[in-house]
Amino acid sequence: MNEKTMLDDDHYENTLRDENVCSLENIVYESPKNAMYDTPMHYCPGCGHGVVHRLLAEVIEEMDLIGEIIGVAPVGCSVLAYNYLNMDMSQAAHGRASAVATGIKRVLPDKIVFSYQGDGDLAAIGTGETIHTCNRGENLLIIFINNGIYGMTGGQMAPTTLAGMKSTTSPFGRDVSTAGEPLKMTELVAQLPGTAYVTRQSVHKPANVRKTKKAIQKAFEYQKAGKGGTCFIEVVSNCPSNWKMTPLQSNSWMEENMFPYYPLGDIKTPNEKEG
Amino acid sequence: MKELKLMKGNEALAEAAIRAGVDAYFGYPITPQSEVLEYLSREAEARTGMVVLQAESEIASINMVYGAAGTGKKVFTSSSSPGMSLMQEGISYIACAELPCLLINVNRGGPGLGTIQPGQSDYFQSTKGGGHGDYRLLVLAPSTVQEMADFVEFGFDLAFKYRTPVLILTDGALGQMMEKVELKPQKERTFVPLDWATVGRTKDRNSNVITSLHLQPDQMEEVNRHLQRKYREIEKNEIMYEAINCDDADYIITAYGLVARICTKAADLAREKGIKVGVFRPITLWPFPYEALAKYGKNVKGILDVEMNAGQMIEDVKLALDGATKVEFHGRMGGIVPSPEEILEALEEKVVGGA
Repeated sequence: MNEKTMLDDDHYENTLRDENVCSLENIVYESPKNAMYDTPMHYCPGCGHGVVHRLLAEVIEEMDLIGEIIGVAPVGCSVLAYNYLNMDMSQAAHGRASAVATGIKRVLPDKIVFSYQGDGDLAAIGTGETIHTCNRGENLLIIFINNGIYGMTGGQMAPTTLAGMKSTTSPFGRDVSTAGEPLKMTELVAQLPGTAYVTRQSVHKPANVRKTKKAIQKAFEYQKAGKGGTCFIEVVSNCPSNWKMTPLQSNSWMEENMFPYYPLGDIKTPNEKEG
Repeated sequence: MKELKLMKGNEALAEAAIRAGVDAYFGYPITPQSEVLEYLSREAEARTGMVVLQAESEIASINMVYGAAGTGKKVFTSSSSPGMSLMQEGISYIACAELPCLLINVNRGGPGLGTIQPGQSDYFQSTKGGGHGDYRLLVLAPSTVQEMADFVEFGFDLAFKYRTPVLILTDGALGQMMEKVELKPQKERTFVPLDWATVGRTKDRNSNVITSLHLQPDQMEEVNRHLQRKYREIEKNEIMYEAINCDDADYIITAYGLVARICTKAADLAREKGIKVGVFRPITLWPFPYEALAKYGKNVKGILDVEMNAGQMIEDVKLALDGATKVEFHGRMGGIVPSPEEILEALEEKVVGGA
């Protein structure tokens, strides 16, 4: 069994230091004023959710989509996303965000609709809705935050928990002989003719943040143009609290352990589909 | 000019939805209500542009309804008993988020996978909550194919008036049987933007949010109080019932839906034998017509409650009478529809003879 050591500081020597982060010239953005509420978030320090929220808000502001956008928040850590994103939003039952988004998009086809879901929501309880939404090619965006764990309920094993990775319900590490291999939803939905754009990104470094932002922007552009199906963006993310690491440790651990299994990059683009 | 047609209950309901200018239907096949989805798939989009989507499950259907109802559009779903059970979580969310929509349960006999034959065994589920938490559905119980059609637009009116889900509780027999039905003229599909709906934020306001999450206990209690105030308002305004020959009756039969019609026949047979019997039929199962039933029922010698279940509405009948009148029960289960003769026999044995 591939047991992973999650608290080994030796792995984290080359990561960003506080003095690099906290200097004025390193400030790389200003908070979006229109698409976000100016309020503290409940997310743990170092969590990727806040960054993805901000990217969504930035893209929506830059593309002037506020009047057209309707978002769907899941059950999970991002259940309160609507407290931060100042745009019309619907909170969905656990796993059903893409069905809720489908309902919205079908009656308001000219609006821009996205669902924002975690791995427990999208890849466990909502697997059916995810696959069928993508298979119907609903013209909407699914944002999938994959941190390999149930964050809100306190660190239980997710479908995407890595082999050997410890959680409160896999205290000796995920045993794939009983729990199965971690589920690659993104590769799975990329197989479906209904998906137009499928990509896997991260937000742990500025370059990756920029790539994720680009991906969100492209997805909204495709949706606006009716570019032939569902857009699906996985963001491989961290969970410092439940991984029991510092934010920096968690990012390094993610690079070393999550990325080999969940490699970053585009899996499917509309051009490839047409070609 | 009247437009009369001979139609199945399920199809009359579907046709009425198209004519009422409904915006969307999300459903999943299940006997004995699949005709609703089939009819709409055939007819609706071409005629009015109504969205008709066959979902991957009843769970997906009800959540599509949740999303679409949040935009303020007129949306509905239909199913039968096991499918309704699957929807209960979503219905609870819809009730708490105060989304207007219409639900149809073409009741079949249960429990479990049960039978595809008619039943009334979902009375408790329909009228007492069904899903988790303190909520109610406004429940309409048609007894004719005509009412199956009429209650669609009426149900939507109530749903939007109170921002609450409305359920039409019918059964497999009414859904499948054909009767003459008078159809209303086609209405335009219109969209009135509602100030709470998620349709895209305009510059003059902050975000609209559809949610049933209230983590602070005081907020959650206030939401509950608000819902309860709304339910008291519905109880005050929307009770409907039919009292057939109850004024001079010595005995009353209580029944709803199709069974009430069979009981009316049984009451006619009783009157031929000189037994003065009336039928009291609640049309709104929630809110239940407690006061009206008490008014008619307190002065009779006995009441027979008849249902296609093991005895569910009888609890509300007894609550209404509060011990003033003896209430007996005759029920059939498993999809068996009682005959007028057996109802008369039960009345004579349990109520008239035993009085």
